Amino acid sequence: MTILKTTYNRRSFLKASALSSGGLMLSFSLLTGFKPTPGLGEDQLPEEWFELNSYIKITEKNEIIIFSPNPEFGQNLMTSMPMIVAEELDVDWEKVTVEQAPFNIPNFGRQFTGGSQSIRSGWQALRTAGASAKYMLVQAAAETWKLPAAEIITQEGVLYHKISGKSATYGEMASAAAKIPVPKEVKLKEVKDFKIIGTPCKNVEGNKIVTGKPMFGIDYHKEGTLIAMVAHPPAFGMKLKSFDATAAKAMPGIKDVFDIQVYKEDYSQIAFDTRTFNNLVVVVGNSTWEVMKAKKTLKIEWEAFEDTIEIQKNFRGEKQELTIPAGLENSSDHYKKMEELSAKSAKVARKDGDPETAFKNADQILERTYTAPFLAHNCMEPLNCFAHVTAEKAELAAPIQVAEFIETTIAARIGLPVEKIDIQFTRMGGGFGRRAYAHFMVEAAVISQKMNAPIKLMYTREDDMTYGIYRPTYQATYRAALDKNKNLIGFHVKAGGIPESPLHANRFPAGAIDNYLAEEWSIPSNITIGAFRAPRSNFIAGAEQSFLDELAEAMGKDPIDFRLELLQRAKTNPVGTKNDYDADRYAGVLELVKEKSDWVKNKNTKISRGVAAYFCHNSYAAHVLEMSVKEGEITVEKVTSALDCGIVINPLSASNMVEGAVIDGIGNAFYGVLTFKDGKPDQSNFNNYRMIRISEAPKAINVHFVKNEIAPTGLGEPPFPPIFGALANALYQATGKRHYSQPFLGEAQPTE
Amino acid sequence: MAIFNLNINGKKQQVDVDPTTPMLWVLRDHLNLVGTKYGCGIAQCGACTIHLDGTAVRSCSLPVSAIGNKAITTIEGLSENGDHPVQKAWIEHDVPQCGYCQAGQIMTAAAFLKKNPNPTEAEIEAAMNGNICRCATYTRIKAAIKTAAKM
Repeated sequence: MTILKTTYNRRSFLKASALSSGGLMLSFSLLTGFKPTPGLGEDQLPEEWFELNSYIKITEKNEIIIFSPNPEFGQNLMTSMPMIVAEELDVDWEKVTVEQAPFNIPNFGRQFTGGSQSIRSGWQALRTAGASAKYMLVQAAAETWKLPAAEIITQEGVLYHKISGKSATYGEMASAAAKIPVPKEVKLKEVKDFKIIGTPCKNVEGNKIVTGKPMFGIDYHKEGTLIAMVAHPPAFGMKLKSFDATAAKAMPGIKDVFDIQVYKEDYSQIAFDTRTFNNLVVVVGNSTWEVMKAKKTLKIEWEAFEDTIEIQKNFRGEKQELTIPAGLENSSDHYKKMEELSAKSAKVARKDGDPETAFKNADQILERTYTAPFLAHNCMEPLNCFAHVTAEKAELAAPIQVAEFIETTIAARIGLPVEKIDIQFTRMGGGFGRRAYAHFMVEAAVISQKMNAPIKLMYTREDDMTYGIYRPTYQATYRAALDKNKNLIGFHVKAGGIPESPLHANRFPAGAIDNYLAEEWSIPSNITIGAFRAPRSNFIAGAEQSFLDELAEAMGKDPIDFRLELLQRAKTNPVGTKNDYDADRYAGVLELVKEKSDWVKNKNTKISRGVAAYFCHNSYAAHVLEMSVKEGEITVEKVTSALDCGIVINPLSASNMVEGAVIDGIGNAFYGVLTFKDGKPDQSNFNNYRMIRISEAPKAINVHFVKNEIAPTGLGEPPFPPIFGALANALYQATGKRHYSQPFLGEAQPTE
Repeated sequence: MAIFNLNINGKKQQVDVDPTTPMLWVLRDHLNLVGTKYGCGIAQCGACTIHLDGTAVRSCSLPVSAIGNKAITTIEGLSENGDHPVQKAWIEHDVPQCGYCQAGQIMTAAAFLKKNPNPTEAEIEAAMNGNICRCATYTRIKAAIKTAAKM
């Protein structure tokens, strides 16, 4: 039996109150005591990173409403998070109503969707809330019936006292429960007693989605709302010089054309304030089409900017200056520069043993270099934001992954106190990291303030793709030293990118090799970058897992057995103390995928297979990808996936997530590319940025989970990075050619 | 500006708009039928798919002046109670993730199944290849279309 205190740290609390119409409301904002993921840059984060906020409402009519704390972008936490509450509350899941919790409630929480953290950070908080509410209902029944609480049991939202035959629904006891003090500690269920957690539950918003109900930011509607669009510099490295809006202003339905400054000159940017261009030309009018047409008539002159200094402020409030370099950058130069940096020694991130001597004494050295391009997020719903700013307050509604940071940014920009900024979460049409950067909300607020009217800012697909906060371009060189008996005696990785390095120096195979060196470098750029599904891991995993495949081949070993041998070493006699993975759990997903893909049985068949595994965002993933080639046409026939994310809350949405990650990875590995010429992105819409389509998806994906009772960790990101490696390795088996540069199938091609 | 009399989901609707306005924006901005989604504006992603006399078309590239007397069906009018076989199959297979592209996917699938009630896997792929799903729900879309075909 787990007994949990209902308070953590200094700011957390559960608070019960009576509903005005009768019933119980339990609000909670709990710190779970988890440390941030090391990869997220712990020193950059405030203490209350994993705070979240929600409610349980039980009305006298026995309506049970559970609010999902975090915004939803397709990972289905709007189902999974309330399932955790419902489990401990002990209610019939079919009778629960789920609603999106609002942002900006008293003592608000971070409510951050990202980093695969929602379930991990919500686990204990959500359980404690459910169990506390149940405790209060039991106590209320005990007081009402004047019977011992220990004799009262609950089942599917009903309280029973077996001996006396008394029973009551939660609704009947809800008002009395609201008067019971919140318990200081509660007992949680045993994993074996779970009735909801671990069962497949369908998306609670499924019906709304298939009937086209308004749910997304772009659907947000308020009478009298004007439409706004922005014109931004056509190339990175450029800024607004002047514009002539005479023609646009004369067009039907156009209210105004003006330029805006997104952030003020002296503004210190905080986390996720990244924005590409600070001066934009804005067209405001009555309808989307009228504004789109007017925008095309704008005559704008742009000019190259000089090196620009921006001030950034970290979570500790320390300011630092960041230079945005001038220049109109080209992808061809990027690759040349990365090649140059790869050849030089770089900043040592980790060193074990004596790698120099190992490589000097090697009988054979295997060296391979991997590259990947910039990628655009391309969420299906282009960026948009509703804003209504008046002298007294600001109302905003937008598809965003996190509201807390941008709330202070908006407040500072429009000169209203934070308490006067009201932000509403809408369902997001995809996120993938892009919607953590909410500069577009500041833009919307500034436009509304200037117009003194409610406005909806709409990005076109072209704006969304060419005014991006991209996945960086990366390069990694791997070297392995083998002795004359083909034993691995040294390992070296040197990785970098524009403008950041993808290296995770303490991840596998660090810890499994005596002589190990990890180095990193980076090249500044004015192209804006940010989080993209499993940042950094989404490149380095594919590079590392492709190299391990080629290394196993050079050593004459089976690629799964080779990894398991290294993991055995890391488990029994690890090198170093900073290894950030659990070798047992890592091996566990490889063992599971080996079994489920019939790896051994299919060894001598004609099936072309590739394997890869990876650990990131606290979870473990492995895939075996099977491929066929007929008349030059590549078909991914089957992917078998094995995951260890601890307890699986909702196996249905968990499998859906893994399937999506697998296909997303295959699409990006095969086709994903964003290139630049003189600072201008070459791709601007889906006619020249190739996205994976249904005919290119695997014919079958089989997802398996390691069964254990470990507290759950995330799933949005972990299955994504290793699929790049599994694909590359299968591609080699199918075609005899190793692929080192993404996209593997060459330049983007229009599909229609 | 010009006045257009439209037949949308079995109802007569009148709009006064620029004749070049794509049907997508007529639906979204002027009739508050926002189930039809904007994805690319150039008929490449399928998020804006509606039916024109039962045929799936991309409303982002279809000017209102080209509609004439043809009947328009949007996701809001596909069925009265969300019980079109495709909608039911979508729920049964828990197809949506973020859900943004799904109205377009469903409208494409519904028009396709009407013409080809018993499709092969290859025919499903060919019919659905113009609809992008960024969450990549493709395997379930395929399974749901097979289920809907049996209903």
